[in-house]
Amino acid sequence: MLYAILCYNSEDAIGSWSKEQHAETMTRLHKVHEKLEKQNRIGPVARLLPTAAATTLRKGREDVVIDGPFAETKEQLLGFYIVDCASLDGAIEVARDLAKANPLTGAYEIRPVAQLHESHLPTEKKPAA
Amino acid sequence: MNDLGWIDAVVAGVRPQVMGALLRYFRDLDTAEEAFQEACLRALRTWPQNGPPRDAAAWLILVGRNAAMDDVRKRARHSGVDQIRKRGRLQALPDEETISDREDAEADIAERLDASNYRDDILRLLFICCHPELPATQQIALALRIVCGLSVGQIARAFLVSEAAMEQRITRAKAKIGNAKVAFETPGAAERAERLAAVAAMLYLIFNEGYSTNLAEAEARAPLAEEAIRLVRLLLRLFPTEPEIMGLTALMLLQQSRAAARFDGDGNVILLEDQDRNLWSTSDIAEGLALIDKAMRHRRPGPYQIQAAIAALHARAECAENTDWPQIDLLYANLERLQPSPVVTLNRAVAVSKVKGPQAALDMIEPLGARLQGYFYFHGVKGALLQRLDRNDEAREAFRRAIALAHTPAEAAHIRQHLDRLSS
Repeated sequence: MLYAILCYNSEDAIGSWSKEQHAETMTRLHKVHEKLEKQNRIGPVARLLPTAAATTLRKGREDVVIDGPFAETKEQLLGFYIVDCASLDGAIEVARDLAKANPLTGAYEIRPVAQLHESHLPTEKKPAA
Repeated sequence: MNDLGWIDAVVAGVRPQVMGALLRYFRDLDTAEEAFQEACLRALRTWPQNGPPRDAAAWLILVGRNAAMDDVRKRARHSGVDQIRKRGRLQALPDEETISDREDAEADIAERLDASNYRDDILRLLFICCHPELPATQQIALALRIVCGLSVGQIARAFLVSEAAMEQRITRAKAKIGNAKVAFETPGAAERAERLAAVAAMLYLIFNEGYSTNLAEAEARAPLAEEAIRLVRLLLRLFPTEPEIMGLTALMLLQQSRAAARFDGDGNVILLEDQDRNLWSTSDIAEGLALIDKAMRHRRPGPYQIQAAIAALHARAECAENTDWPQIDLLYANLERLQPSPVVTLNRAVAVSKVKGPQAALDMIEPLGARLQGYFYFHGVKGALLQRLDRNDEAREAFRRAIALAHTPAEAAHIRQHLDRLSS
């Protein structure tokens, strides 16, 4: 079974870490990553830019683009895409296409990716049916 | 993971929100600061064992408020007259029934009380530091002390003054704003926009104090730039739809991205075009570019956005030769229109010299001579343009003037290199 692990924390607290605290944390995280990499058990890992850089496309009769992250609690996180676009406009275009293909309610939060680490999963690995 | 360094980071992260709320309750900076101190002391006693609470801000607000209230009650008992209550300072306090001394259990009440207010709380806290009667350096010192919680010693080191002198400066600044009337009602849209603009300007001042510096001071002043970025990020999260705040955040990040490349081993300034671009911070650049991209979609340009867009063009160029100078010229022309200033024109002239050559740029800056007579960069730029036109005697004269006006030995040394090249 493949699992996605979504990371939540306080931006205020992390923004107040010293350089040393950042480095210490990254060293500890890399140890966890490395162990999984050696076992070919880790897919792509993404670090996202802060929520201030987020934009949200709200679906509706007309789609609305809103600055900021997705803040509602009525909907649940169901999936995510990583797409390569020249600009935010390009990413919003993709989200609009997705919205058209998948009508009714919901939203897409668009967050620039700060860092993306390659997948170490064997290529034939597929989610359990 | 619960050691003191990590607890410090949690407390520093929520400090603006907690101080903002305590200031709203007590309407007095000193009382709010004492309440915050007391809450921090209690946090240091209990968090190492229990771990920080899930909502550290709510915890600190509640504990700080209770501690200060106890203090107020004690003082009231002693004096027999509750003078503070008489003066109406505590009118914003919630009903005492809703506050208990049990700390963690009531955190959700505090959260509900504060969530609706905290945006204006933080803005107010920042705004009182921008009091127009305070000179810029006092505004900055006050914000660093009250909002960021830097120690007087840290601030004194950044400003290269003694701790006693800085202590006095901050005390004076506090006294001045204590006498000023600050509105504690929820501000209207126009007032909020005004406050936001004043606060943005102050944050950029803090950033520049930390940035425009020489290598010798760089270490002492680096925290200023970092604090400014932390605060502007916070401001952007509170006001996520303001393109100018996006622009200011992007501007700071893009300038900060070059920090490691700005000085050589001897502490000499390295100009942007000569910097080793491998030393630029890719994560700062990524965030800055994402934010300016987002801001420009609003089609409501402003000075911060334009300056960030210029910085973004530098960040996007893999080498100095690939810089999009025509676009930079255009952006400076827009900035000149929005914010006419001889300094902006001077900067534009540098772009013009790359696009149309040194003569066109010289024609552009010559009329500025009267107003920029005392400005170091004016003579530096003029000298470099004259040098490219082989008017060496005039170039030498301009460089000599620049050296006489240099603020730091590094600036002077940089110009001296030009002079040396002219004489060899």
